[in-house]
Amino acid sequence: MNQENPQSASWLEQVRPLTLKGQIAVPYTWWVGETGSRFLRALRDEQKILGNRCDTCGTVYVPPRKNCGRCFTDITQWVQLATEGVVRAHTVVRRMPAALLNAADRPTLPFAYALIRLDGARVDLLHRITRDLEKLKNGIRVRARFSERPTGHILDITDFEIIRNSP
Amino acid sequence: MEPIAITGVSQTPYRERMIDKTAYDLVYEVTRDALADAGLGIHDIDNVITVSNDFVDGRTISSMAVGEAAGAHDKNISTVEGDGAFGAFYGAMRALSGFDTTLVVAHGKGSEGDMGLITNAMFDPVYQRHLGIDALTAAALQADVYMTRYGLTEEDFAEVSVKNHQNARNNPLAHLPLDITVSDVMKSERLSDPIKRLDCSPISDGAAAIIISTGRASSRSRTRPIWIRGVAHCSDAYFPGDRNLADSPALRRAAKRAYAMAGITNPLKNIDVVELYDAFSYMEPLWLEGMGFSEPGSGARLLKDGVTRMDGILPVNPSGGVLSAHALMVAGLSRIVECVLQLRGEAREHQVPGAETALAQGINGPCGQSHCVWILSVNQ
Repeated sequence: MNQENPQSASWLEQVRPLTLKGQIAVPYTWWVGETGSRFLRALRDEQKILGNRCDTCGTVYVPPRKNCGRCFTDITQWVQLATEGVVRAHTVVRRMPAALLNAADRPTLPFAYALIRLDGARVDLLHRITRDLEKLKNGIRVRARFSERPTGHILDITDFEIIRNSP
Repeated sequence: MEPIAITGVSQTPYRERMIDKTAYDLVYEVTRDALADAGLGIHDIDNVITVSNDFVDGRTISSMAVGEAAGAHDKNISTVEGDGAFGAFYGAMRALSGFDTTLVVAHGKGSEGDMGLITNAMFDPVYQRHLGIDALTAAALQADVYMTRYGLTEEDFAEVSVKNHQNARNNPLAHLPLDITVSDVMKSERLSDPIKRLDCSPISDGAAAIIISTGRASSRSRTRPIWIRGVAHCSDAYFPGDRNLADSPALRRAAKRAYAMAGITNPLKNIDVVELYDAFSYMEPLWLEGMGFSEPGSGARLLKDGVTRMDGILPVNPSGGVLSAHALMVAGLSRIVECVLQLRGEAREHQVPGAETALAQGINGPCGQSHCVWILSVNQ
């Protein structure tokens, strides 16, 4: 409290703080770049998941990268990955994330986020699993499901589904 | 390294909604209080660093809006958009480059925006943001990996929440002092498995400030200087899927460098108190492992053995930690402020008796992507 003005305390009590509502809504059009375009085009046109391999350390990235973050070298080798892989981490989401509250394509609760190691990749892809959550555990195999109306977007993979008879 | 010291500190109480104070008011308040603490006037400050986030503040170049509140008019002012511990790191670099007296001030009013939307926006807009992932759900993935890897339980994490909220009862500035049990944590609302409501830090409003002085200028302050003996930061990969989330190599490296600077050879023996960034309960044992206080996977053991309790040999988060007060952008700087108070013997009810060396930690990015480690000491 301001010690130079002993009346400030009582003055403040008489003031009902006001609020001002605002919103930042700036539309962006992000160019996804050559690397991203090749990945998203393969998703959209061929239902293929592409990664790329660092020439130096051999890490296979998905989504593909312009350069290897560890080696700081260009990546030139493209790799077609399987559309199946293994769940390495998961969380069952019980409260709708704020970012999905107004999303037309939002899954119903509960759904899961998972880090998925696609066969052939050396990093994990973040995506969603929306069905058979009672069977979901780390180590289980899952397969990508593709949208019937692809647009060149990460959600051209609608989600991953658990493969039956998986260990 | 030339000797540099923290010679003034202040922080506001951390509360849910500070309706009577703007961000500007908070910055002005902590700036004045830090100067009063040091016994300095604004003209003694030769440069200023503000810490803020445009999305949290809802304006672009948010740093420029608080310059005058920080007394930066006609001064050299610069900005860090990241946790306050990283702002302080920049301040330390400026002190080492010749500025005598540096003010670092951080503010965050999470109550005014929407933290779910804001933390969603830190993820890659092409590949991740549309999935809806945010700080909470990403942390839940990390907690899951950590548990799976080492066979930990949700109760292990709940114990951390119980301890830190209990510690907060001795800290009048804390937002959430609570007397709770493991069972209370376990029964609290499940948000994103394995994380429940009482595993999460609150969204707090607040601000903090520190003054960093060169050795030659430190005697101008009336306080006992607290010496910056070691400080380092290190960053891991941006995409969580690229990282080994059950370990924290970036923290390991930052701690190693800070320890080397400070001459720490046996952290458990050489460090008396830790204030770390426990945004979620699982983070405390995971970060303690990264800091080298225990082997990988055995961080939770430290609490079970009583090591990290107030009466243990290494009290961790005597203030209640970030679990009990989490003003975004401020929390890492608040860890430094808390350590300074501990080392001065001014932490009152949550004082660790006789503390001489302290570790403060800040994090940035999802799941602790980058870490900043501080070793502070009463000894130069």
